[in-house]
Amino acid sequence: MRRPLGRGTPLIGALAVMVAAGAAANAKVEGDTIVLGAAVSLTGKYSTNGKNTQDGYDLAVARVNELGGVQVGDTSYKLEVVYYDDESTPARAAQLAERLINQDGVKFLLGPYSSGLTKAIAPVTEKYKIPMVEGNGASLSLFTEGYRYLFATLTTTQFYLREAVNLAAATAEAAGRSPADLKVAMAFENDPFSQDIRAGVTEDAERWGMKVVVDDKLPPEINDMAATLTKVKAVKPDLLLVSGHTKGATLAVRQTAEMRVDVPMVAITHCDSAQVAETLGSAAEYFLCASQWDRSLSYRDDWFGTAEEYAQRFEATFDYAPPYQAAESTAAVLVFVDAFRRAQSFDTEKVRDAIAATDMETFYGRIKFDETGKNIAKPMVLYQVQDGQYKVVAPAEWASAKLIYPRRLAD
Amino acid sequence: MSNLQLLFDAPILCVQLLVDGILIGAIFALAAYGMALVWGVMNVVTICQGEFVMLGGYTAYFLYKAGVHPLFGVPIAAALLFAFGWALYRAVIFRVVDGDLFISILATFGLSILLQQLANQLFGADVRTAESGFRTLFFFDGMVTVSVVKIVAFVAALVVGVALLVFLKRSRMGQAIRATAQNARAARIMGVDTTRVYAATFGLNAALCGAAGALVAMTWLIHPYLGLPYTVRSFMIVILAGLGNVAVVLAAGMGLGAAENFAGFLLGAEYQAAFVFALLVAILLWRRFWLGRTRRYLK
Repeated sequence: MRRPLGRGTPLIGALAVMVAAGAAANAKVEGDTIVLGAAVSLTGKYSTNGKNTQDGYDLAVARVNELGGVQVGDTSYKLEVVYYDDESTPARAAQLAERLINQDGVKFLLGPYSSGLTKAIAPVTEKYKIPMVEGNGASLSLFTEGYRYLFATLTTTQFYLREAVNLAAATAEAAGRSPADLKVAMAFENDPFSQDIRAGVTEDAERWGMKVVVDDKLPPEINDMAATLTKVKAVKPDLLLVSGHTKGATLAVRQTAEMRVDVPMVAITHCDSAQVAETLGSAAEYFLCASQWDRSLSYRDDWFGTAEEYAQRFEATFDYAPPYQAAESTAAVLVFVDAFRRAQSFDTEKVRDAIAATDMETFYGRIKFDETGKNIAKPMVLYQVQDGQYKVVAPAEWASAKLIYPRRLAD
Repeated sequence: MSNLQLLFDAPILCVQLLVDGILIGAIFALAAYGMALVWGVMNVVTICQGEFVMLGGYTAYFLYKAGVHPLFGVPIAAALLFAFGWALYRAVIFRVVDGDLFISILATFGLSILLQQLANQLFGADVRTAESGFRTLFFFDGMVTVSVVKIVAFVAALVVGVALLVFLKRSRMGQAIRATAQNARAARIMGVDTTRVYAATFGLNAALCGAAGALVAMTWLIHPYLGLPYTVRSFMIVILAGLGNVAVVLAAGMGLGAAENFAGFLLGAEYQAAFVFALLVAILLWRRFWLGRTRRYLK
């Protein structure tokens, strides 16, 4: 029942919408309800993460309404979200964004799931000057187009492993060594995602004056890292960085153990999705893993309390632990709520400016956008696998466990 | 060139690269035996070698999950894949045996896509490994590491290779396979059931790949899309080694493994595959040149 209208009806439908739009001059705010719109992937290849996104939005809306809604002027407004299923396809997502804006009269959009779909919708929201806050498009390329109405609560890809470089520098300084003496070995998959990460890491390594001794690009079809790791072993770096989705994570963990690559600090991405601690056991010990968010972080806000309280509320509502995809979606709704409060208006330009000026603490971390619209205030966190558990060890102020350094090889 | 300097500074690294290359080359050689066999006997080029490897890997993985040591997965994967290969011959391959080489490439290419997608649907896209629990051996102060699982894989590849050789030389079916390879029509006239020979050959090929796959799951990792590099490597080894000689296939496999490893070390992982293909072109050119220089005569 996705398309209830028959073949002959769109024209009548469009007319009806025009009449309706005329009748309710401000369709985005109906009575005391603010209507947000979102196209999310409820079917297709992103359906799991699409549901996480929708659940994140729904939890935020329910909580904000429970706490009395959004106070603008003398009225307290409730939130509501209109959803459409984008079927995980970019073309459909763009079409639905048009529909939300033109037919449903929605003036504020929440993002879809994934960088690809966000990329499809951003030109539409830009065209109609409709602010969109998204929590699931991490690609740096979203923020180099000069989009004025696009804002992202999550940390973009080039930051994924920067924290590891900074942690290595801090550890060196604490031990009385200059970070400029550190040697870095990197192996990043030859795809846009991992190369974005590489660009960020390289920038930070240069800033500290570190020496990059190995810089391999892993081909996407790679099944064996032995050649790269032999080199790593020979040059004895102080820090090894690897990113290549779940395959890269599994290979890095398995082969460093097997080849006894003794590097004091190793940081990778995707270890939670590759489940390295669960499946590879002691080989994964002391690996550092990048993540957007974790329930053990000591972030907090007035809506949900601590990150852990958010996670508990989420579990009570949806019967599964919140992945970070849900948390960053919830944060996107909170950004709108905060912006409405400060703008004290529903004018899209005023709300956009208020969003641009956002500087808030949430259970998901601090949110503050740079001029391109990406959140620059929230760091990526680093887990370390300790006794088979993922423990947050960096950045220091949010850490729940102490970094174990240097990494000890399992026997 | 700093990488080359590194090799001169620490020549021991050469040992590591060589050993690793030879050990993994033996696994490539397994899949290549199968391809050479099918190519030689049936004149069919199987582009789904890698998918058989993948299926063998999943067999070992599921056995491992069920508590069976993945090493036992090697014969079990081989047996299961033999049956699968036989069935596949009966369903699809027999239709392309007498046809053009190109048709067989297309048909097996189609099969490879089908198997990949089916595996993705059935097993999910996650990366899997089967833990063998084997340790790693250290030499030269830890500078050279050889994991026991790779040695096991190497020995297994040798054993399977020798078994194949003996099977082809001694057994009735082996003799029938060789007879069919020499002249299918004459073999048929002599009473060889060539349909059965073809099915057995194709099953044998799948079994060899399945054994390789079980070793891959123990040594590296498996996922539904891992096939292509194994198919390409088998193809290369067969091109290099020719269709008839199991020992040369093994040597070519190990040589390729070592060359790949050195290329990855010196040029970076991104040029590992490119180097190997460049090598293939060079060898083909050299062979052509050399063949042109040898006098040919009728024996």
